[in-house]
This record gives sequence, C-alpha cells and structure tokens, in this order.
Amino acid sequence: MKNPAVALVIGILIGVGGLYFFLPYDPLARVERPAASTATAEDGERAVAGDTLRRVRQRGFIQCGVSQGLPGFSSPDERGRWSGIDADFCRALSGAIFGNPNQVRFRPLSAKDRFTALQSGEIDILSRNTTWTMSRDTQLGFNFVGVTYYDGQSFMVRKAAGIETTADLAGATICTETGTTTELNLADYFRGRRLSYRVLSFEKNDEAIVAYDRGRCDAYTTDASGLYAMRLKLADPDANAILSEIISKEPLGPAVRQGDPQWEDIARWTLNALLEAEELGITSENLDEMLESDNPRMKRLLGREGAYGSTVGLNNDWAANAIRAVGNYGEMFERNVGKNTPLGIARGQNALWTEGGLQYAAPVR
Amino acid sequence: MSMGEGQNRRGRQGGKVPLGWNNPRVRSFVYQAAVLGTVIALVWFFTATAQENLSRLNISSGFGFLDTTAGFGIIQTLIPYTEQSSYGRAFLVGLLNTLVVAVIGIVLSVMLGFLIGVMRLSRNWLVAKIAAGYVEIMRNIPLLLHLFFWYFAVLRPLPGPAESLSPLPGVFLNNRGLILPEPVFGPASTAFFVAIAIALVGSVFLIRWARKQQVETGQLFPAWRVSAAMLILLPGLAWLVTGAPFELSFAEHAEFDFAGGMRLLPEFVALVLGLTLYTAGFIAEIVRAGILSVSKGQREAAAALGLKDSTVLRLVVIPQALRLIIPPLTSQILNLTKNSSLAVAIAYPDLVAVFAGTVLNQTGQAIEVIALTMAVYLTLSLITSLLMNWYNARVALKER
Repeated sequence: MKNPAVALVIGILIGVGGLYFFLPYDPLARVERPAASTATAEDGERAVAGDTLRRVRQRGFIQCGVSQGLPGFSSPDERGRWSGIDADFCRALSGAIFGNPNQVRFRPLSAKDRFTALQSGEIDILSRNTTWTMSRDTQLGFNFVGVTYYDGQSFMVRKAAGIETTADLAGATICTETGTTTELNLADYFRGRRLSYRVLSFEKNDEAIVAYDRGRCDAYTTDASGLYAMRLKLADPDANAILSEIISKEPLGPAVRQGDPQWEDIARWTLNALLEAEELGITSENLDEMLESDNPRMKRLLGREGAYGSTVGLNNDWAANAIRAVGNYGEMFERNVGKNTPLGIARGQNALWTEGGLQYAAPVR
Repeated sequence: MSMGEGQNRRGRQGGKVPLGWNNPRVRSFVYQAAVLGTVIALVWFFTATAQENLSRLNISSGFGFLDTTAGFGIIQTLIPYTEQSSYGRAFLVGLLNTLVVAVIGIVLSVMLGFLIGVMRLSRNWLVAKIAAGYVEIMRNIPLLLHLFFWYFAVLRPLPGPAESLSPLPGVFLNNRGLILPEPVFGPASTAFFVAIAIALVGSVFLIRWARKQQVETGQLFPAWRVSAAMLILLPGLAWLVTGAPFELSFAEHAEFDFAGGMRLLPEFVALVLGLTLYTAGFIAEIVRAGILSVSKGQREAAAALGLKDSTVLRLVVIPQALRLIIPPLTSQILNLTKNSSLAVAIAYPDLVAVFAGTVLNQTGQAIEVIALTMAVYLTLSLITSLLMNWYNARVALKER
C-alpha cells in the first residue's frame, strides 16, 4: 500500500467512533461545559445543594472520616466502638439528621489519604483532627465548617535531656508524621530562628513514637493534644515532658466538600448548636426540662419557636437531638480529653468566650 | 507493527494484491490503527473527564506547583537542598535517595545471592544446610516486617550520641548513624583524579591485551595484579607530587548530636539490609537453578582437561548458567527497586516518602503527583529491563 496514512486515519476514525458509540453518555458535552459556564458548580451532576443530605438519608448512615487512632479525638476500643471529640461530632450530626447518634460509619484514614477520600466522595465529612488552613480551604475543593478544638504544635522531650524551651532544641533530631502541617510548622519555626534541626518523617505515628522511645530522635512533635495522647503509648510516660511553648496555630475542625451549601450549613450549625447549648447551660441530662423553658434563645435552639431546622432540610428538633446524642460541647470535651480522662487536658483556649476561651458560636436566630 | 511487516513480506512474495479489504496488509493496518485510536481516545477521555471534575470541584490542577517553595526539611539530601528549595527540587532529592538505595541494594543482593546460591550446592553438608535455611527464612517473611525488624534491630544496640562508639579517630557510631569525616577536595585534586582515570583506562587496555595474548600464544600475563598495582601507584604518585588532594573535615560534638562530616543513617542501613537480605533469598534460588541446569558432563569434561575447580566454575559453568539466570534475575532487580518504596514506613526519605507523601499532602494534587511517581518507577524499570536484555543478548548461547 503506497499511502498507509489513509488506512491509519480510517482506522483511528473507526476506533474513536466505535468507542463513542458504545459510551453510555456524551463525553464531548461534558468536557465543554466548564468552558461555557464558568464556576457554576451547582449545575454539575453530583454537586447539587441538598444532594449530600439526600444521599445520606437514602443510605441510612453518615460516612465519617476519622483518624487511625488518636485517643481523645477518634480511636476505637477493643470492641471497635469509636470514641473521641471527632467521633462524637459525627454522632451529633447523626442525631441532628436521623434523631439518633448511631447512624454513622467510621472510616479510619491516614493523614495522607484523608483529603482524597473527601474529594472523591468516599466520606461525607472529614472529622479527623485536621488543621484549617487557607490552602486546604481554597485549593483542595472543600470547606471547613468551624473549630472543634483549638490546638497548637508543641514538642515532647525526655525529662533527662534537660530541654526547657524550644530554643534548646537547636541541632536536635525531631520525629514526626509525614503529610501534616506539622512538618511545615517545624521548618518555619527553626528557619525563622536560624536554628538547625533534622527531621525524620514516618508514615504512621506508631513507628514515629517507637523511634522516639528508642532514642532515635531527641523530640517528638505534633499538636499538643496529640502529644498528650501519644505520651500514654510510651514505655515510661512520666519520664517525658511536653514543652509549654506552642509554635503554631492549629484550629482543628471538620471539613465538607464544596458545592453543597446545605450540607455545609448542617455541619456548621450542628457545631454551633453544641456550643450554644453549653453557653445556655443545656446538657444531655437537663435537656427535657430545658425544652419547657421560656427563654427565647433556648426555645429557638430547641425548636420550640421558629423553624430553623427546616431551612437546612432537617426537623425542627435537630439541635435537641444533637445535644441528646453527645451532650453539649463542654460535656463532649470533658468526656473525651478533659481533666478526668487519661489525657487530662485543661479547657484553656477551648473554654467558652464567656469564660476567657476562644469558643464562640454564632447565635441561632 | 511487526505483524504488519511480516504480512508485508508475504504480500510481496505473493505478488501484487490490489488495495482493498482483501489485502492482508491493509486489513492489519486498519485493525492496528483502530486499536491505537481507541487507546488514544480513552486516554483523552479520562484526562478530559478528570480535568472537568477537578475544575468543577475547585481543585487546582497542573504541574505549576513544582516551582513553588517546598518549605519542609529532608534528612538525607545528596544534592544541595534547603527548605526554600522548590517541590521540583524535593522531587529530585527523593528520586536520588531512591536510586542510591536501589543501586546499592541491587549490587549487594546479587553478590549475596550468588554466594548463597553456590553455597547451597556445596558438598559440605553444613554449608549447604545453612544456605538452605537462609533462603527459606528470608524469602518467606514479608518485606515490611523485614524492614521493621532490621530498623529496630539496628537501633536497639546503638548508644545515644552522648555515649558514641568511636572505633577510629573521627569516626563515630551511635543511634543517629555512622558519622565519618568528610573529604573536602582542594585545587590539587585534579591531578589525583586524572591519575585515577589514566590508571583505569590503562587497566582496561592491559586486560584486553592480556586476553588476546593468551588466546594467540597461550602465554598468561598477570594483568589483574598489574592493574591493581597501577591503580594504587599512579594516584599515590600524584599525591606525593602535588600534595594531598583532599582534607578530611571531621564531625564535631554538638549539643545533641554531631555536626558536619558524612553520615550513614540507620534508616538507610536498615532499608538496604532489609531489601538485600530479602531479595538475596530469591536470587540464591535463581542462581542454584541456573547452575543445576548446566549438565554434569560439561563439568567432567572441563575437569578431564585438567582445569582447577574454581576455573571450571568461572569459565565453564557460570557462563552457561548465566543464560538461565539473567531473565529471572531481571525481575528480582525490578522488584527490589519497586520494593524500596516501602521506605516511608521507617522514615527513609525516598521518592514515595518525600514526593508521593509530603509533597502530595502539602499540595493536594494527587493525580499529578501519583502520575509523576508512577512515570519514574516505570522509567526506572524500563531502563533496567533494557540494560538486562542487552546483557542477556550478550551472554545468550551463540549457535555456530
């Protein structure tokens, strides 16, 4: 054949045409849409407002992304029951949507996989001690709904090493977990002070903490709350101290996918309701008495007045159900990380604004 | 396309067939083009769909992030790298760390594998059983467990930096690694390196000449020994004439650790150890199979000619065994390279740990990062295969 190009063109046409013919829908139309109508994400197929809630209701449970085991935030016990602030937040959400706290399935995720899991729709909400940062909020395609725990990065060191402040850590080897803001904060902090350091990044914090325990590194760094939790895993917890200095702001909070404002509102206002409940003195125990209260703020929150639940597609007793599920924010905190738990963390910044802390919820009205 | 060429030859032999569906060449061309077109269309379709979904979800895409400042530290860097370097630079650092582990692991595991494989065929009962035990234990334990075991086995006996062992002056061993003095090359080093290069080139020519001489006249010339002497004497002479080519920069005690010097990390040692011991178990079996495939008659014939045992192995058995050893050995080498990606479990900063781990998490651009990482492993594997196939063609049986 003198001109194989003709056969080549015919063949490619047959191939492409055949493929096009057998496709269930039209790929050309899908590809051209974003160019034609920019940034109107609402008309996409999957990101319609209300869609997440509809799918959650159809499925009958919330897919909740949590950590692989961080005591106080999300960790499974020997019977596989999850506990912790992050796990409880998903239960509160289940309470608000379904009226009971148990319609949640927990999906343990590594720090590395968590964002992909949320982006791909594998989970409905990421409640996994995740720091709210601008790049995560703007570039990864999801929105943070609030702050469940104000944290900050610190260091755990051996008491025998005589390290008092972070400045004493110049030249030290520091163990951490890969794929977290921790690595960046560490670099920023030491670079800003012109101190040298070496960083060892492990895939899982289990190996990182063993390496620290064996003396491979001089310090172990993560969020202060995580340090208290990890210290419990050491051979001799009392031989280790956590530095009081905090080198970064780590507002930890739940995140949802962009493009479904209703679902985002449900998550945001469930968190606000838990905080508002603490401010008003509503607990899981006195909830039934409070339902009879004449206080207009309480009446609005608990659904006796106005129709705030229906504006986000829920029943009007959504907040009451969320509080019944896990208690108010203060109860959730004390039960999981507070003074009477092995972690023994004081409220500090996580106290309500009325008590000198940072937790401040927008009002339900 | 080779099928098309085959058809082509037959078509010409059978005279001119008119262009059309009955022409086998046209037919095969259309089929192949159809498959190619389908593949291209599929790739384009996937790319376009991914791009559309990413822009709909407001997720950034593209490779622009490679120029952005990385902002994180890496504990082992073979090229200059600081926190201000770009993600692209971090990618190179990770790539080089992967390569150095792979190359050292391959060399060591092939050497150890050959040794164990030959040992397993030893007439000495104890030696053979030790080799058999090694193979069965090492290759039947999952690699990840190997890595954890060796990492913590390496760490456990080593003292902290304050109680460092110092076997030689300037050499320190502790749980932060093996710290060696670093050679700093001065201006006098040029003559030194030129001398080494001359000695190397000279050795190659000498060995070739000696081999030719032996084939033509039967005279043996101790080329290897002369070459070794040349490699020591020539640079030594340069050293004497121009002065020391480098100065040793010793590590100094610092607050926690040592500063300066060269350093072999425990993570690196554990990774190389785990990969080597694991892969050597497989290579030993391949070598044993290769040697057993050489018929006994060959060995006996060589012995009848009066050759020494070692000479028989080197000149008769191994060259024939290699034909069988090389292809499966290639797979093991590829496996070792790919298995090195488990490094992140023990905090060795390889490509997967640095790029598909930290960079992926900082940028969130999973598709680009994973695609680039896959492309790197694919390229490494293809290059390895190419080299091994070339070598295989050289050692293959030449039928005369």
